Amino acid sequence: MNRILSKSQNIENSTNKRHRKEKRFKSLCLGAVIVAILFLIILLSSLAYKGLSGFTKTTIQIPIYFNEEIIDPENTRDIAVINKASFRKIFKQSLLQKFPEAKDNRKMYRNISKIFSRGSTYLLKKMVLDDISLIGKTINVDLISSSTIDQLRKNNINIKVPESDRPVSDATLKIYDQLNTEGVIKKRLNFSFFKYGDSRNPEEAGILGALLGSMFTLIITLLLSFPIGVLTAIYLEEFAPKNKFTYFIEININNLAAVPSIVFGLLGLAIFLNFFGLPRSVPLTGGLVLTLMTLPTVIISSRASLKAVPPTIREAALGLGASKLQAVFNHVVPSAAPGMFTGTIIGMARALGETAPLLLMGMVAFIVEVPTSIFDPATVLPAQIYLWADSPERGFVEKTSAAIIVLVLFLIIMNSLAIWLRRKFEVRW
Amino acid sequence: MNTTLLTILIISLSIFAFYYAVYKIKSAQSLNTKHRPLHSYYGWYCLFWTIFPALLFFCLWTFCSSIWIDKTIINIITLSINEEGATNISLQLNAIKNAANGILTDQVPKEILSNYISLNQKSEFIRFIATLGIAIIGLFFLIRKINPDLRARNKIESILMVLMFIASFIAIIVTLGIVLSLLFETLKFFSDVSPFEFFFGTTWSPQIALREDQVAASGSFGAIPVFTGTLLITIIAMCVAIPIGLLAAIYLAEYASQRTRTIVKPLLEILAGIPTVVYGFFAALTVGPFIRNIGETFGLSIASESALAAGLVMGIMIIPFISSLSDDVISAVPNSLREGSYGLGATKYETIILVIFPAALPGIIGSILLATSRAIGETMIVVMAAGLAAKLTANPLESVTTVTVQIVTLLIGDHEFDSSKTMAAFALGLTLFIITLILNVIALKVVLKYREKYE
Amino acid sequence: MIKNDNIKITTNDLCVFYDEKQALFDVNISINEKETTALIGPSGCGKSTLLRCFNRMNDTIENCVVKGNINIDNANVNNPEIDVVQLRTKIGMVFQKPNPFPKSIFDNVAYGPKIHGMAKNKLELEEIVEKSLKQAGLWSEVKDRLSQPGTSLSGGQQQRLCIARAIAVRPEIILMDEPCSALDPIATANIEELMDELKKEFTIIIVTHNMQQAARVSKNTAFFHLGKLIELGPTDQIFTNPKLEKTQDYITGRYG
Repeated sequence: MNRILSKSQNIENSTNKRHRKEKRFKSLCLGAVIVAILFLIILLSSLAYKGLSGFTKTTIQIPIYFNEEIIDPENTRDIAVINKASFRKIFKQSLLQKFPEAKDNRKMYRNISKIFSRGSTYLLKKMVLDDISLIGKTINVDLISSSTIDQLRKNNINIKVPESDRPVSDATLKIYDQLNTEGVIKKRLNFSFFKYGDSRNPEEAGILGALLGSMFTLIITLLLSFPIGVLTAIYLEEFAPKNKFTYFIEININNLAAVPSIVFGLLGLAIFLNFFGLPRSVPLTGGLVLTLMTLPTVIISSRASLKAVPPTIREAALGLGASKLQAVFNHVVPSAAPGMFTGTIIGMARALGETAPLLLMGMVAFIVEVPTSIFDPATVLPAQIYLWADSPERGFVEKTSAAIIVLVLFLIIMNSLAIWLRRKFEVRW
Repeated sequence: MNTTLLTILIISLSIFAFYYAVYKIKSAQSLNTKHRPLHSYYGWYCLFWTIFPALLFFCLWTFCSSIWIDKTIINIITLSINEEGATNISLQLNAIKNAANGILTDQVPKEILSNYISLNQKSEFIRFIATLGIAIIGLFFLIRKINPDLRARNKIESILMVLMFIASFIAIIVTLGIVLSLLFETLKFFSDVSPFEFFFGTTWSPQIALREDQVAASGSFGAIPVFTGTLLITIIAMCVAIPIGLLAAIYLAEYASQRTRTIVKPLLEILAGIPTVVYGFFAALTVGPFIRNIGETFGLSIASESALAAGLVMGIMIIPFISSLSDDVISAVPNSLREGSYGLGATKYETIILVIFPAALPGIIGSILLATSRAIGETMIVVMAAGLAAKLTANPLESVTTVTVQIVTLLIGDHEFDSSKTMAAFALGLTLFIITLILNVIALKVVLKYREKYE
Repeated sequence: MIKNDNIKITTNDLCVFYDEKQALFDVNISINEKETTALIGPSGCGKSTLLRCFNRMNDTIENCVVKGNINIDNANVNNPEIDVVQLRTKIGMVFQKPNPFPKSIFDNVAYGPKIHGMAKNKLELEEIVEKSLKQAGLWSEVKDRLSQPGTSLSGGQQQRLCIARAIAVRPEIILMDEPCSALDPIATANIEELMDELKKEFTIIIVTHNMQQAARVSKNTAFFHLGKLIELGPTDQIFTNPKLEKTQDYITGRYG
């Protein structure tokens, strides 16, 4: 037999054992990768599952009689008069018209009126203010249902438990079924999610305020961190003498990049709010704090892009008689620019998702008005998510998840933009 | 309104400055052929000195005048209403500021309000005129300086250098700011509560020490249970992240084909990009109740805000920190070592465990330290999924609180900046900062030393 | 060809492909037992590729395909069913740049015997390490500092350490891929002296750029050019009276 392959039984056993160990180890490592990806899938899908229903709302169609005697008895068609009119009476009158059995039954009326959103009265008033010709007419109006009814339609409420354990009474269920058979309960796309600001009623809550707040805050962050970050990176990389002082600055920046975000919140609280007295929940202050947080990221990625430009470019420019500044700004920086933009976009994406420092800066108040400038009180999208997550109403669960979907979508867009930019403009030396 | 007008005016002035300077140098240069730098440099030079002094003045004036106006109003308030005590003054000031913006105008005395508004108006008027004036003066001054002998390019370059230097300085200022503000408040805190009690006390209930006369109530600022809470959750998170992260890194670096790597590595990094508030929501809404239900089927009573839930989700978030860094580190081990090992008849498993892993160990430890520092400083996941009560326990099934949660709880809400709660939060913040700083420094040092060895 | 009954290795129409590019074309070579055979030729001619085929090291390269038979002791080792782990204990390899593990000198040499379970206890392991280091001519220089890292040795010592490491698993064949190209002349002389001793017990195949070295150490030489085996014969004959013109051109330095 050949000597090279002769094996004693012992050696064969131990070799097989070793090969088995090898296979087990490989499966273990692969398993770890699969587990990690599984976590990701579970996280994203559970959020999508909970959140997609937040993009639809429930409406109930009811004929509403815009009784002129209640709205504008003297036919003045004056806005002030209409504003003061009691649309609650209009609402009640039309409701009783539809459900005559509740005429003298207060409890029943309450049950019925609770099916509708608490903002229904305001909605009716707004309809008349937008179109005065409605006065005196009777039209079918799609009123938004209350959050409980909305959840009921979305099958999020367990109706099998005894009445005392659930948020809908038997009486309400009966009315719901009656309306359902009439076909007046409809599912609509919830565009108001994007048109309204925060509200105590989950069915009316929207993220417009948070979106604009985030936008203003990010604009401030971008306007400040990009120039400062890029200039610092250029200085450190191209001009600064390599001495202890510059080394110290570099260490500082690397450390700042790893400081927990909440410490920046403390810094903002102590200096921006307390020392400088800047206003509390406004995008300006939030943007300043986020700038401090994003600066290290922008600086480090810009430096990396500058480092990647080969020295021959600089030498060629200098050789042609350019000053050092001209060489840097006219030749090196444009080559490094894609990398700098990519790093900045990624930094902005991270700033978009930051909550902790803004919590401390007070950007978590309940703010209904939508901000119109960087000086208006506002909240940001992740802070809105945090606020809603804390609310007990069931309807806020889907709103929170829906807001998360919007946030994650924005992040995906920003990161994809960064990656596309890098791929498209990256110069390979 | 005024500000917008001012901005438009200043911008127009500076554009004018630019083009006029260019025009002036062009006409002057036709006579002088010796030195011919770009005309635009002259334009930029003029523009800079038009805008910059005006801008500087604008900011300084706004800052100083608001402080001065606040002081004046406070004086007026103290003189007229003097029963309520010091804490009420800033609230009153805030009320007046709100009223000036049109909110709740009935709740402040009309005189003081009109005083405040008129002071503001006067200040804004002066600011408008002065800023505009400074811009115009700057413009004229500079235009007169424009002549071919002026080395505009050099001037611009010096300006740029100064700007860059200032920009880099900001990094130091930020660090200094962090350290000073934290230190300042912490020292104030330690003048009320002894450091010994803070670092070694085991009762943490800061909410009690609210009454004015009870400012240093004994035993309520002992931070040990808070520290152990952070430690417990961090350990759970590391127990999840280290095995999964390391094994995944080994797979990516040693077993995966190039194609698999390009797909899987970004997927794992998505885990790091998801905002922590989303993780917190997931932990509070899904993982917490899930674990509690499992516990019920086994007859264990698990809190719905268990350390296990928060730690588990935090671990998931940290996986990419370990896997990405370790992947890079393992890939950096030179191939010659692998070949030497294979040449001796070792299996891949033996090569990885006996040769590659020990060689990459410093880098891997560095990544673990960085990940730990991240876990310790994490806020949103624990705020939403961990508890508020400080409990000294090692049981992951119970609910504990962490340093970051306490910082948030102590600072949310309307209370004076210098109350003991705020100071306690800063003390916690300083501790957090120092510990993460130490971890980061060690980690970076280790990784740097490792890189030196192999590159 | 070679008239000798003690043939250790032969190949049949051996071809190697890296993706689409072919590196070896129908190589038919035979290597004698307990002799030193040199593989020479210009850069990129495939000699290292051939060397790595013998102990299946090309398996570790993605996209590398080896076709044909490699017969060692009349068994084809280019067969997926062969256990390469065992094969590589029979065939040791020394690389161009010394690559000791970042471990102690002792652990470097003991690595192979440990993983293959060749020593039943610590004493046996120490014996194996001592024997290997002695055989590699390194024992006297390191016997007092076995616990120091292998990387603390000089270049020549490191290479001898790698040879000791390879010998420790008792191979029958030792493959050497330009083992002296990173070493100074004195260290090179040491290694060549060592090879002289080793060939009494092992079959040695050495790839080298250095024709003088090939002439010094080997009994038979194979000349390769652009992936093809051009000529194989006794070293003196190849260097003084080559049969083919291409070989002649290379020997006399007309190219390469």
